Amino acid sequence: MKRFVIKEFLHIFRDVRSMVILFGMPLVQVLLFGYAITNEVKDVHVSVVDPSHDQVTTAIQQKLFASGYFLQGEVLYSQSEIEESFRKGRNKMVVVFDDNFAQKLERGEIPSIQLIADASDPNTANLLVNYANGIIAGYNQSLSVSTNGPVIVPEIRMMYNPALKGVFMFVPGIITILLMLVSAMMTSISIAREKELGTMEVLLVSPLKPLHIIAGKVMPYVLLSFINAISILILSHYVFGVPVNGSLALLLAESMLFIVLALSLGIFISTVSNNQQTAMMLSMFALMLPTILLSGFIFPVENMPVVLQWLSTIMPPRWFILIIKSIMLKGTGLAYFWKETLILIAMTLVFILASVKKFKIRLS
Amino acid sequence: MSEYAISCSGLSKFYGKTQALDNLNFSVKQGEIFGFIGPDGAGKTTLFRILTTLLLADSGNARVAGFDVVKDYKSLRKVLGYMPGKFSLYQDLTVEENLAFFAGIFKADIKENYYLIKDIYDQIAPFAGRRAGKLSGGMKQKLALSCALIHKPVVLVLDEPTTGVDAVSRREFWDMLIRLKKEGITIIVATPYMDEAILCDRVALIQHGKILVTDTPSVITGTYPWKLFRVRSDNTLNLISQLKKHPEIHSADMFGEYVHAGTEHGKLSAEEIRAFLEEAGTVTTEVSEIAAGIEDCFIDLMRKENE
Repeated sequence: MKRFVIKEFLHIFRDVRSMVILFGMPLVQVLLFGYAITNEVKDVHVSVVDPSHDQVTTAIQQKLFASGYFLQGEVLYSQSEIEESFRKGRNKMVVVFDDNFAQKLERGEIPSIQLIADASDPNTANLLVNYANGIIAGYNQSLSVSTNGPVIVPEIRMMYNPALKGVFMFVPGIITILLMLVSAMMTSISIAREKELGTMEVLLVSPLKPLHIIAGKVMPYVLLSFINAISILILSHYVFGVPVNGSLALLLAESMLFIVLALSLGIFISTVSNNQQTAMMLSMFALMLPTILLSGFIFPVENMPVVLQWLSTIMPPRWFILIIKSIMLKGTGLAYFWKETLILIAMTLVFILASVKKFKIRLS
Repeated sequence: MSEYAISCSGLSKFYGKTQALDNLNFSVKQGEIFGFIGPDGAGKTTLFRILTTLLLADSGNARVAGFDVVKDYKSLRKVLGYMPGKFSLYQDLTVEENLAFFAGIFKADIKENYYLIKDIYDQIAPFAGRRAGKLSGGMKQKLALSCALIHKPVVLVLDEPTTGVDAVSRREFWDMLIRLKKEGITIIVATPYMDEAILCDRVALIQHGKILVTDTPSVITGTYPWKLFRVRSDNTLNLISQLKKHPEIHSADMFGEYVHAGTEHGKLSAEEIRAFLEEAGTVTTEVSEIAAGIEDCFIDLMRKENE
């Protein structure tokens, strides 16, 4: 057993590709996602239709354009010009004020503000509307405090990520994906490699039990993936300032649980694939894509069709992302996500049992 | 334990519709070197995998070292030494690490059993720090044998251990097997080399999943039914076709630069063959009567089987 673990470490340390995937990729991924691939909003052209042109609408506009997210686009005078300006791609969003805005406000009526966004890019549109909403809400609040007037716009707060920083949202997703990739793919490939090179034949004709082989394979990766998780956390904390509001120990413990889950999934994949190629393809298509697409990492689960929502419930990453977002950003404790934790534990047990059962004690 | 280290009865195995093994029955005595001789695809590897608990036979049963290969596979795996046909050590581990690993998984003590592998391991010991993948073919096989032996198995199963190995290393490898036999280890070995067959105590000739004959090499060659001539000329292919034209010669097979021609006893002499060939315009440099070797017997048996 000890020998087996030593052997696995030697395999990993002597294979350049393994080392790159294990230690190079997490670094690159975090930096990439952190710096380049953000969906943050910055300097977006926004136009205004303002028939009232009074002190309130001017103040709101000032607030909008002082935020740094929006740049003043062309001036529009009627609703009919909006569509044309969208088509020409000059604007991403138009703010339409009610007429007689200030007067209506004084009379205690609720004047309307329309936020019209170019939803051909739904994610950005969503963000823009949220940003603008936040700014208007902020203005409203200051207004109602000073005048004691009616609170007109429903309060919208950008909880947990007030600055709407993309990187805060990405880090939990990246940790999840990397742990999944490294753990599941590397173990499945390493077991499949033994089959491909024929060494599995010799291992089988030995007193080693399936559980021994599996445990021996998994242990080095548990350790390495854990180091990985820690380095991603350190990187995201010190480079991007992502907070860890909750308990660090809990975060690490949950990460450990997820690592073991991903590893058992990897082993399960290797029990059904006979060579490295198949193991790789299976890990990529059966794990990576669903992890990215269905876990809520990029596309919110709530926006998915019902069928996909169901499907996403069997994706381990979905639950793990919820958990680490809770710990890192909300700072909540186990009481808030014990259900998710239990789901992960149950999934782990299922995969381990299935792998030990499926592990062939003979050649096909 | 019975007198037999290995005994099989009615062993059959199908891959889909192809029959890989056809009702095999044989026994191997304790401390014997038992060789399986046959062409590629004869079923040797399949048979070995069944004996090493890696495959399940479709019918029949087998006992190895006193254990049933299906029911007692766990106990059997503790006392088996197995060298697959394909080099199956870790190429990215060094010679030393490989040996330590295999000793480790069998919970064997290298020092305690070192005497078993000393003769071959001493030869590769100078390269102890070299990765197994960088060893020559002969050294790889010596290392593989060392790894298969380090737990002092009762039965050693070697699937074509000397294929692709140079002649000197092959010789050393077989010297080693003969020494192991003295330690009481039963060895079954598959080989395509006929010169290795005569080093076995008994051999089984196997083709298309069937055992054609099982006996000691000397008995097998002794029962060769024909009179055999060795003929040589400048043009071997032409020589074969010429020989086949003679009504009394029923076989002419190429053996390197010679052709072995078989006839019924008392029908032809070397002189008559030479005269026949000269008449046909083929100059022979040698025609002489020889005793049959294992390969002659094998070709003869294969031919009968195919008819």
